[in-house]
Amino acid sequence: MRLVIALPYVWLATFFLLPFALVLAIAFGTNNPDAVPPIDLGVSLKNFTLLFTDDLYLAAWLGSLRIAATSTLVTLLLGYPMAYAITRARPSLRPLLLMAVILPFWTSFLIRVYAWMGLLSSNGILNQFLRNTGLVADPGTILGTEWAVHLGIVYAYLPFMVLPLYASLEKLDTSLLEAAADLGASPITAFFTVTLPQSLPGVVAGCLLVFIPAVGEFVIPDLLGGTDTLMIGKVLWDEFFLNSDWPLASAVAICLLVLLVGPIALFQRQQAKSLERQ
Amino acid sequence: MNAQPIVSIAGVSKRFGAIVAVDGVDLDIRRGELFALLGGSGCGKTTLLRMIAGFETPDTGRILIDGQDMAGVPPHRRPVNMMFQSYALFPHMDVAENVAYGLRREGLPAGEIARRVGEALDQVRLADHGKRRPAQLSGGQRQRVALARALIKRPKLLLLDEPLAALDRKLREGTRFELVRLQEQLGLTFVMVTHDQEEAMSMAGRLAVMNEGRIVQVGTPHEVYEHPRSRFVADFIGIANILPVEGGRAWLALRPEKIALFAARPNTDRAEQGRIVDVAYEGDRSLYRVGLVDGSMILVSTANVAREPREPWPRGQEVWLGWANDAGQRLNE
Amino acid sequence: MVGRARFALTVLAFGYAFLYLPIALVILYSFNESRLVTVWAGFSTKWWSALFANEAMLRAAWLSLRIALVSATVAAVIGLAAGYVLARVPRFFGRTLFGSLVIAPMVMPEVVMGISMLLLFVVSDQLVSWPNRGFLTIAIAHITFSIAFVAVVVQARLADFDRSLEEAAMDLGATPWTTFRTITLPLIAPAVGSGWLLAFTLSLDDLILTQFVAGAQSETLPMRVYSSVRLGVDPQINALATIIVAVAACALIFSGWLTRRKA
Repeated sequence: MRLVIALPYVWLATFFLLPFALVLAIAFGTNNPDAVPPIDLGVSLKNFTLLFTDDLYLAAWLGSLRIAATSTLVTLLLGYPMAYAITRARPSLRPLLLMAVILPFWTSFLIRVYAWMGLLSSNGILNQFLRNTGLVADPGTILGTEWAVHLGIVYAYLPFMVLPLYASLEKLDTSLLEAAADLGASPITAFFTVTLPQSLPGVVAGCLLVFIPAVGEFVIPDLLGGTDTLMIGKVLWDEFFLNSDWPLASAVAICLLVLLVGPIALFQRQQAKSLERQ
Repeated sequence: MNAQPIVSIAGVSKRFGAIVAVDGVDLDIRRGELFALLGGSGCGKTTLLRMIAGFETPDTGRILIDGQDMAGVPPHRRPVNMMFQSYALFPHMDVAENVAYGLRREGLPAGEIARRVGEALDQVRLADHGKRRPAQLSGGQRQRVALARALIKRPKLLLLDEPLAALDRKLREGTRFELVRLQEQLGLTFVMVTHDQEEAMSMAGRLAVMNEGRIVQVGTPHEVYEHPRSRFVADFIGIANILPVEGGRAWLALRPEKIALFAARPNTDRAEQGRIVDVAYEGDRSLYRVGLVDGSMILVSTANVAREPREPWPRGQEVWLGWANDAGQRLNE
Repeated sequence: MVGRARFALTVLAFGYAFLYLPIALVILYSFNESRLVTVWAGFSTKWWSALFANEAMLRAAWLSLRIALVSATVAAVIGLAAGYVLARVPRFFGRTLFGSLVIAPMVMPEVVMGISMLLLFVVSDQLVSWPNRGFLTIAIAHITFSIAFVAVVVQARLADFDRSLEEAAMDLGATPWTTFRTITLPLIAPAVGSGWLLAFTLSLDDLILTQFVAGAQSETLPMRVYSSVRLGVDPQINALATIIVAVAACALIFSGWLTRRKA
């Protein structure tokens, strides 16, 4: 039994915990392009002060949080009715409908983002559609804007929202709704007083599952966003791969982690609670 | 040699966190008897059974099985087998594989395993169900598979955890007799846990009544019913009227069927006057709640021997109650 | 009631159109004669031929497959152990830390994990000249973040596992190891299987972590796709996407069949 505990413990401590210590150590170092690797170790707060004083980085932090928050909200508004509608479908149809939500998740993330590149380009299908139907005379280009980034996040993370929502809505006892109706609640009142409060754990889990990765997202702003779309994941990537500034990239990583520690801890507590309920 | 008890439990206690599940239990179980541990939920009876099987370790005390101290002996090396309340049939194996499981672990030759599985399935009348999965069996059939699986290793001791709880009422009564017959045929010792006093009384040779982790009385069903040693036992087994006697220093436990109803003052050892407050007609008997002059309530039951009783006792009727001096059991606590 | 049914139908139609229209168009345009994804110029399979003649793409796909196979298998073993411990061992030294370590990679931003693991490999390379960045480092990275997914599936399965089945086995003379081998493992095998499939898919799909730890020599399929896609739309990628969607659909149906069979 000791071996069974030790195997995952040692693996995760070595390849997950230890690396964070290194990131922390290197974040206090300075960049030295002539060294291999390009780092001078030390105790300097330079990287951190830069992150919180430079306009570019501040804009990237705020941009990440704003884009992640709004797209999480949109995903919720789209995902909730979907999850609800699936629970109202014929029981024999539900596994199929659920599978159809999961399927895109099993295909490539990159490919799903790529799918929107063709759709959103200036001569893309969406623009052609808008022009041909006369809805918008000159739609401009959506690709390369924040709109495209939002769209990409909503599209890519929708399954993560629908699944926990479905799980909590499915458990809802329909006799509760009948009891509410019996006691004089209209369907809408019953929804807001019975269904919504009962599905709150699913709402929280779904929002965290979308928000947390969206804050650190790289592929979507890189492929769908433009040069003016500032998100912190892309900043980290560029500092690392384009500028080879490893200490600064490490500092970004540390800050991102600190920023997300709250939501991550909340998610873990929620997971533990729902497992206990089982 | 055979006078030695098959199970000897001495000073056994077990806590789970702040809860004392079993509290200083001493108990001997005799070779070849059908013994029942009876009590409400949370009284510690299942924990005691699981300690005999080896699934829980006592905090204090010793458990001897056939004279051997079981301390540190894991479940798979104990000479006991258990029939689980849920039956715990392995869903990924068919009936024959389930029954053969214990023999396979002993590494017996395949031919002998097949022969003994066949015999065991014959014994529980499931010979032609060997290839079925547990999910394809009825509740009663599952119970018999679980029994065959637990008996095939010829254990010195068979533990049964609520053996009939998962069956419906009709099936339960037939199965009671079947279990008793099997136990007598095989000459094995059965220890069963149950919360159902009727089950314990009708099946067991002796039983132990448990409450809050302690054994409060051990005896034959007759002893426990007619000679309860405490108010708890008198109240738990069947129905009892508990009347204060000797100025409140002791009590009298009086069974409702030991009291008779009369229209006029009877010529019995004891007689009290009262008024019928409630009548519950239960088919085979009727239960009356009678308010006495001093304000206390007495339960009286009468067997409905005749289909149309000559004298029905309606609510509100003035009656006399009469019983003999030796009809009740005097209790000190 | 009719109004509500229509509402549900509208929501589902819109939702699934949103999910599948982009994918359907990607598949459709893999058969387009023109290079432009905006104009339909007639049916053609030339992009498919081009894809199967694309040496770099095929090499990347082969590397990705091998990495996914290795990392999913190792992650299944370690994840099985982790899930078992989480479900069955209530107390030991550092239990809380253990729980966090197992779950955290699920929600850790990939860029953060990527940079931290690369730094580990760089430091270790400096100190002991090992490991060379490539197959091994990519596999280690993929294993590390896949463990969580296997562990969660296994833990959930064990949480509603009837413990008396294991007790019955021990009662019938099975040692703890035999009990695990003959009772527990066969019954949780579907969960381990779908965990393996999940780990396999995640490994096959990962770009960010891989980009950090891959080194100069190795290029996985997502890395190849990414560098091609950065330059703009390419119908070969559409053809590749079609294959991926088809394989994913088959895998999902298979895993659904596995879970249904357990019941």
